[in-house]
Amino acid sequence: MDKNLDRLNVYASRLISQKEYFVPGHRACQGCAEALALRLVAKALGRNNVIASATGCMEIVSSPLPLTSWNVPWIHVAFENAAAVASGIEAGLKVLMRKGRIPPKRINVMAMAGDGGTSDIGLQALSGAMERGHDFIYVCFDNEAYMNTGIQRSSSTPFGASTTTSPAGSVVPGQTTWKKNMPEIAVAHNIPYVATACSSYPFDLMEKVKKAAAIEGPAYIHILSVCPTGWRLPPQMAIHAGRLAVETGMFPLYEVEQGRYHLNIDLSELRPIEEYLKIQGRFRHLTPEMIEQIQQRVGEEYEKLKKKVRMTNEGQE
Amino acid sequence: MATRVGMEVSIAAAEAVKQANVDVIAAYPITPQTHIVEHLSEVVNNGELDAEFIPVESEHSAMSVCTGSSAAGARSFTCTSSQGLALMSEIVYITSSLRLPILMLLANRSLSGPLSIWNDHTDVMSIRDCGWIQVFVENGQEVYDHVFIGYRVAEDRNVLLPFMVNLDGFVLTHVIEPIEFLDQEIVDRYLPPYQPKYSLHPDHPVTMGAFATPALYTETKKAQTESLTEAMPYVLKAWQEFGDMTGRYYHPVETYKTEGAKVVLVTQGSLSETATLAIDSLQGAGEPVGLVKIRLWRPFPFEEFKEAVAGADLVVVMDRAISYGGPGGPLASEIRSALYAQEKRPRIVNFIAGIAGRDVAPEDFVHMIQQAQERPGEWYELYGVRE
Repeated sequence: MDKNLDRLNVYASRLISQKEYFVPGHRACQGCAEALALRLVAKALGRNNVIASATGCMEIVSSPLPLTSWNVPWIHVAFENAAAVASGIEAGLKVLMRKGRIPPKRINVMAMAGDGGTSDIGLQALSGAMERGHDFIYVCFDNEAYMNTGIQRSSSTPFGASTTTSPAGSVVPGQTTWKKNMPEIAVAHNIPYVATACSSYPFDLMEKVKKAAAIEGPAYIHILSVCPTGWRLPPQMAIHAGRLAVETGMFPLYEVEQGRYHLNIDLSELRPIEEYLKIQGRFRHLTPEMIEQIQQRVGEEYEKLKKKVRMTNEGQE
Repeated sequence: MATRVGMEVSIAAAEAVKQANVDVIAAYPITPQTHIVEHLSEVVNNGELDAEFIPVESEHSAMSVCTGSSAAGARSFTCTSSQGLALMSEIVYITSSLRLPILMLLANRSLSGPLSIWNDHTDVMSIRDCGWIQVFVENGQEVYDHVFIGYRVAEDRNVLLPFMVNLDGFVLTHVIEPIEFLDQEIVDRYLPPYQPKYSLHPDHPVTMGAFATPALYTETKKAQTESLTEAMPYVLKAWQEFGDMTGRYYHPVETYKTEGAKVVLVTQGSLSETATLAIDSLQGAGEPVGLVKIRLWRPFPFEEFKEAVAGADLVVVMDRAISYGGPGGPLASEIRSALYAQEKRPRIVNFIAGIAGRDVAPEDFVHMIQQAQERPGEWYELYGVRE
């Protein structure tokens, strides 16, 4: 974080390339923080990048035949196989360079998917690709539900959230399960780099993407992508909501490099979770008891994470 | 000089993939395809073939990896059977619409349930309309040859479609046959490295797999169906050139003793060889019976087929798959539509036999033909059911 704060002291936009690889004109909703995150990711990776995209919001908004928002080579095949398609691209480029059929060059291969395409239907393909050790970056744009099909719950939907398949009913008050911890699943594959990010922290996000690109082997980045449409939130509040997710401890920003945890924003005191929940329509129905339940869980998870930071850095610093 | 070697067909198939200098192999083990990929992993790990062997976690990913690698410009190979094909079928349909020249060997095996590892054609028939070029082969030599022919056709800039070779599980994959190997220089001349028209590379960015609204979807499908029907002359050309080089000529529809035949038996795959014995014995007894083998399944050779059965009064079709609640087997359906508009149309009788590895002996073919001759009308029957 220190490094990023230093940079914030200078005129920030001059530090960032003006070139766009995910270009304007796409059809994302107003205030879509996922489109913003994707734009920053594409910018950070630059020109030498090939993208395999899963089906989902970002695919649909960017590729209506015969138009495209992509200034880099991009392929969409299906919903659950972005990691497998990226495996094939990586292997193909590698062998063609080795056999001298295309000139040697450092090319990033990136797979992108939403939370459904990652933590639900695409988990097997992702696990396979990480286990096999392909040199690629997987970016999960987590907007916490199947937004493209109309806000249905996924395993990444937080506890209590009302979606179209976990509605706040008179008996069942929304999502009854806790958000699947996808970054930890990635960490369990012993890959060299795992990070969480959020487009409300653009410099932190871009730094992580660049780091992931430089590392050999699989890298996984999980980006909280605020969805005003699905979260029932005014579009102008998207960046603010992302900041609150981090500052309340709902979505801590951290990295795991070669198994070592590092909290990028280490807060001595977390803001009350209610500040984050109350601005979103999907949590409108929560009772004080449920909010307390979430508060407790977030506190526990945050402590667990801090413990991992301490444990994995013991004797190192 | 070509050399003739006794070898298990799966091993010969893998050797052909090696000689084709494939760049990426992605496969998941399933009986009876396993020997092919086992041998391929050996040749890669022993440095005999410079390729990336990706041991994927499912067949769905096998086809997805091949989609990615082929889109990146690499010659890509996979191989599966039955449930594996069913699992990857979602992506099988997409590869043809992306116009990617992937080669797949399909070791034909019946689909569950009940679970069966044995041979029939229910797997391939489940994806009949996937948009791939699909051929059936009869023996090990044809498997070996069609690895080269397959890539040659698929990668032709006028074609650019995936190519599927159907070889019967166990009865072909697991038998030792004499295989005539091609010299590497002949292979290299027939099959130069793949030069993709478009590929995923930052030097020339392209978008692949864009979605189509109703305003454009129909047009993309018209282009796709034309691409498959218009592939026919290039398939014929590749077979002709291969024949000129090796003396082994292949045709979309092949006939055996059909001259003057009033009764024609129609088969696909390795049982065609068994059927020739039945034809020999019936002709020996003075019966005017011939055999027509459908090698090219997609694009379907309508004209060649009509010509092959032109003189027949009775066509007996043997299917190795069932269309439940439908008109019998998928091959017979195809043949009925092929002949429907004929002024003089033969009677068509359909047997479904050889399901899940049930043996079909020459005398079974004789029996089927006799039954078809004796019982009037057009009908279908599951042959050899034990009551």
